[in-house]
Amino acid sequence: MAAPTKSANGSGTTWTPDQPMVSIKDVHKSFGDLEVLKGISMDVMKGECICIIGPSGSGKSTLIRCVNALNDIQKGSILVEGLEVNDPALNKLELRKKVGMVFQQYNLFPHKTAIENIMMAPITVLKQDKEEVARHAKELIKKVRLEGKEDSYPGELSGGQQQRVAIARSLAMSPDVMLFDEVTAALDPETVKEVLVTIQDLAEEGMTCILVTHEMGFAREVANHIYFTDRGVIVEHGPPATFFKKAKDPRTKEFLSQIL
Amino acid sequence: MELFGDFFKQLYDTTGWNFVIFYDQVEWSRFVEAIWTTIKLIIACLIFSVIVGVVGAWAQGAKSKIVRYGMAGYIQFFRNTPPFVQILFFYFVLGNLTPSYDAGGYQEAYIGSFGWAVISLGFFAGAFNTEIFRSGIEAVPESTVEAASALGYTRLQSYIYVVFPLAFRVCLPALNNNLVNLLKTTTLAYGIAVPEMMYTANQIWSDNVNVPEMMIVLFIFYVGLVAILVWAMHRWEKSMKIPGYG
Ligand SMILES: Nc1ncnc2c1ncn2[C@@H]1O[C@H](COP(=O)(O)OP(=O)(O)OP(=O)(O)O)[C@@H](O)[C@H]1O
Ligand SMILES: [Mg+2]
Repeated sequence: MAAPTKSANGSGTTWTPDQPMVSIKDVHKSFGDLEVLKGISMDVMKGECICIIGPSGSGKSTLIRCVNALNDIQKGSILVEGLEVNDPALNKLELRKKVGMVFQQYNLFPHKTAIENIMMAPITVLKQDKEEVARHAKELIKKVRLEGKEDSYPGELSGGQQQRVAIARSLAMSPDVMLFDEVTAALDPETVKEVLVTIQDLAEEGMTCILVTHEMGFAREVANHIYFTDRGVIVEHGPPATFFKKAKDPRTKEFLSQIL
Repeated sequence: MELFGDFFKQLYDTTGWNFVIFYDQVEWSRFVEAIWTTIKLIIACLIFSVIVGVVGAWAQGAKSKIVRYGMAGYIQFFRNTPPFVQILFFYFVLGNLTPSYDAGGYQEAYIGSFGWAVISLGFFAGAFNTEIFRSGIEAVPESTVEAASALGYTRLQSYIYVVFPLAFRVCLPALNNNLVNLLKTTTLAYGIAVPEMMYTANQIWSDNVNVPEMMIVLFIFYVGLVAILVWAMHRWEKSMKIPGYG
């Protein structure tokens, strides 16, 4: 999975596991006149779990959407396993095979059952063998603790259950990196935990994860590194131990005092 | 059948109500022939118009400006001109421009009146279907489409597997309406001598001077067809219902 891969868009760089799996360098992004990202840089190594926190509107969603090319960028570069995301000649499928994404609103396909949601993309996009996919999907159902819900439609599942289906659906593509955009923000406090546990399991198994989250407890416990963004820049970052205790910037301090 | 025929013969002799198609063998076979032609015409038009709608709605979201403007022009043309004029135009103008072959002494067109009726009525109803499907597509949340892109779906794959199945459910009621209209509009094929029910009824009443009787037959026939279509669409709608959705 994480063996050295040749960049598919001809730049000729070869990615090896000792290099950052996701490398973001001086990324600028505007929507019209509104500059949302003003030079963001971060590196994520294989197996790391990164949490991005920050006030609403600071560009967190925009940033992780750029990583799998749902948004384009105006300046800078994003490399995912050596693949230049901002290259106009980028083969999007190559990128999206590497990067899985889970959204705040789950965004399941409502006309398909849980298991079908998980199986669809590997069959239609990756053209994998149906039986093999079904077997993998069963394992994933188990992994996200949804045995017995295989044949339920999204509309018949609770928010937390839907979100776990969404996680399994992403995992079915066997990505190397997972992006989570406030995936617990729409959930009841009781169900938040079941989703976080699922993500924690993943992180502990060595999945590379980039999370946007407001769950400070989770960030403290699971993250290898925390980034605090405000108004399109990274104000401060560090491992949880130092980040929470020794935040220097007044903006970070204020944000933490509000949220903790 | 014997008894049935006798009844209508009796009815004619005693009251003067002439349902000739029910007791005269020749008129009966004309009538049955017309039933089949009508059903075939309706099915062909329904299928063609839905295909036009599906492809049209997809083309409306195409990247190419030319394709999008072409679609807009097509829809404006077919929505804003009378379908009867369209059918005459297709048959008499385009029909003359399309190739024909030698059928032993006379020239036979590759596309006959039946074919032109299907093409023109299919494009006519297809213009409305395009708009109907488009409204359905617009009702599919952008975020659902995004989830498909994030999973690596191409635009076409996401249209086929995600957008269209959802849009279709949303717009089935409107589609129902339009298809019922199309069913009734197939009577315009009469204008280019497709031997469907309207055309045949006209011939029968010309020969037998029984206009009111044939009118009654026509009304009942089309009411019956519409009822069948509505029933079928309704069942379809039900079978497509998603548990816990909409
Ligand atoms: N598609 C878009 N078009 C125009 N402006 C946008 C678009 N998406 C986001 N923005 C703007 O970009 C800014 C950053 O938005 P973003 O969603 O990245 O913030 P966020 O940090 O994720 O906030 P939240 O915590 O509320 O989710 C906001 O001011 C928002 O209005
Ligand atoms: Mg956000």
